[in-house]
Amino acid sequence: MGLSRKDLLGIQELSVEEIQLILDTAEPMRDIIRRQIKKVPTLRGKALINLFYEPSTRTRTSFELAGKYMSADTINISTSTSSAVKGETLKDTAKTLEVMGADIVIIRHGAAGAPHILSKHLSASVINAGDGFHEHPTQALLDMYTIRERKGQISGLKVAIVGDILHSRVARSNIWGLTKMGAEVCVIGPSTLLPPGIAELGVTPFTSLEEGLPGADVIIVLRVQLERQQKGLFPTIREYARLFGVTAERVGMAKPDVLIMHPGPMNRGVEIAPEVADSVHSVINEQVTNGVAVRMALLYLLAGGGGPHEAIG
Amino acid sequence: MKLLVRGGKVIDPANDFCQAADILIDSGKISAVGQNLKANGAEVIDAKNKLVLPGLIDMHVHLREPGLEAKETIASGTRAAARGGFTSVACMPNTNPVVDNQALVEFINSRAASDGVVNVFPIGAITKGSAGSELAEIGDMKSAGAVAISDDGRPVMNAQVMRLAMEYAKMFNLPVISHCEDIDLAANGVMHEGYFSTVFGLKGISRLAEEVMVARDIMLAELTGTKVHIAHISTAGSVELVRMAKKKGLNVTAEATPHHFTLTAEAVGGYDTGTKVNPPLRGADDIRAVKEGLGDGTIDVIATDHAPHTVEEKDVEYNYAPFGIVGLETAVGLAFKELVNPGLLTVEELVRKMSVNPARILGLPKGHLGVGADADITIVDPGLREVVDVQRFASKGKNSPFGGWELKGLPTVVIVGGRVVMQDRELV
Ligand SMILES: [Zn+2]
Repeated sequence: MGLSRKDLLGIQELSVEEIQLILDTAEPMRDIIRRQIKKVPTLRGKALINLFYEPSTRTRTSFELAGKYMSADTINISTSTSSAVKGETLKDTAKTLEVMGADIVIIRHGAAGAPHILSKHLSASVINAGDGFHEHPTQALLDMYTIRERKGQISGLKVAIVGDILHSRVARSNIWGLTKMGAEVCVIGPSTLLPPGIAELGVTPFTSLEEGLPGADVIIVLRVQLERQQKGLFPTIREYARLFGVTAERVGMAKPDVLIMHPGPMNRGVEIAPEVADSVHSVINEQVTNGVAVRMALLYLLAGGGGPHEAIG
Repeated sequence: MKLLVRGGKVIDPANDFCQAADILIDSGKISAVGQNLKANGAEVIDAKNKLVLPGLIDMHVHLREPGLEAKETIASGTRAAARGGFTSVACMPNTNPVVDNQALVEFINSRAASDGVVNVFPIGAITKGSAGSELAEIGDMKSAGAVAISDDGRPVMNAQVMRLAMEYAKMFNLPVISHCEDIDLAANGVMHEGYFSTVFGLKGISRLAEEVMVARDIMLAELTGTKVHIAHISTAGSVELVRMAKKKGLNVTAEATPHHFTLTAEAVGGYDTGTKVNPPLRGADDIRAVKEGLGDGTIDVIATDHAPHTVEEKDVEYNYAPFGIVGLETAVGLAFKELVNPGLLTVEELVRKMSVNPARILGLPKGHLGVGADADITIVDPGLREVVDVQRFASKGKNSPFGGWELKGLPTVVIVGGRVVMQDRELV
């Protein structure tokens, strides 16, 4: 059984079964990445387009490698080279990609809902690689994969998400995914960076790490954008680091086998202390590897592939 | 030219007259109201089983001319008004250039005279260019026929400027219509702040952005004694502030739009930019409060804030789309659906909010069907059903979240100054 949907726009609309299917399918994909010759013919003849309106080396490279390992023809379009700067609308871009014969379009965009516009105008599959503050579903999938692999399961775990929740699509996607999978999720950040109505998403908000971290099995540390300080959302980077920086001492309040995660790129010494990022708790590098595997799984499933057992030829 | 509206139920609350009657029209005026009037050669309009109302007045419309004719013109906007059951509209000055002087008020009047299908009453700007700093030539604009002043869409942030504007406008007995929005609190938001803005990942506009300005302008109204009209009220807190102001006996009135008493922020789901409007669609509690305010008289007027945009402007990412919903052609149907049919307002009360009160607030000699009155009449078929088709709108703007909705209770005939301009849902 495969995925019975054209697009992946958010984790919100995924069922538990769909999430499990993607995570299960990522297992054999990771074996491919470990091979000497990382190439399977699964997506041969498929055209995969990375349409990035925001710079993101990490996510774009991850999708690109995922496509290449599966023999898809991958093309990158980033803002500097696209017609976006010339004022072409997203709708027209979608129509252009459609007639060029794109099979899968991966979009990163600063405006929430941009992938939905593409999806409406494209018969190709659309994958949301991050839209505004809305969702970043593949990041949540790779985070869930990493947690599941290390902890055996997600259900029953206590996960703390720390930082700028207000502007974080990673936080939103993880909240949807982790709560669906049965984790207990709390969000920790300055009150100016906690969005309104966040508790209604089924998470507990805290404004201090001391309150939120005890008993945590997983800590997901979010990148703090330095421009938020200029907008007056917190006084200084120094004070932010003092109040919300994840230090070794604070990690000590969590469970002894706590996992430390970060979607990258990190501001070492701001939201995360260097010794924490490099500690035995840290699975930050595994997240990157798993990201490629999860994206391979997703590409495979959206291209019509049938699940983990059929995934490797 | 004589016209006889025969056999309808006349609802004329201003004259305390609500019963089956005929209305005879002669030379653009109502010449007789009564039973079994003789046609005597007059053209007869059969209004059996229909409601005969004083012509509806929409006191908050954006006709976009001059300067923004791709969105709407006085011709297309007034046709939309006629199709929607309105005989008069008051148009906001945020055109290009902004209507901030006598010449532009005269331009609108002359364009309305040549192209307009319904009566058009210009609203002048409060400040030059609606820039919020220097008063516009309010006295001149009044002489040219402006019926109110407003910097709608670009709220006057400086309280001292607003105070002076109110004091100055009072000399001319002109109402000041306030678009209440604290720009700093609104903080570039694109939808109502709350659960749904968090879920959709869009920047929110808090209720406070509206309410602090409603509070400010009520206090300024108290200080200056000027007639202040609060435009498009959208939150429970604003309703309560206006209620308190009225209890105090202040000269404050308020309006609500059909979209604000019909839709909540949940409608933004799917990122349909047809739902992007300022003030934004709020919460269920706010809708309840707005309806309550309409019911108890706190909110005097239903106005559409008809804000047409081109398809190209709206067919973009939610963040980038302009604010605005076209309202003229769905207002009556939505008012029946949300207010009259469920029993929240009687037809008589609805007529007060869509004709009597806007006429009173703007000082127009309209809003009633007494002998000698202008023959502006709207005939509504309370049983007529229609599915909203935005492609059939007379407005150039198709930006409505109500496409596909079935509405019941729709205008079938519109008479302006004794002339039939709309019949059977089609412009004449
Ligand atoms: Zn306004």
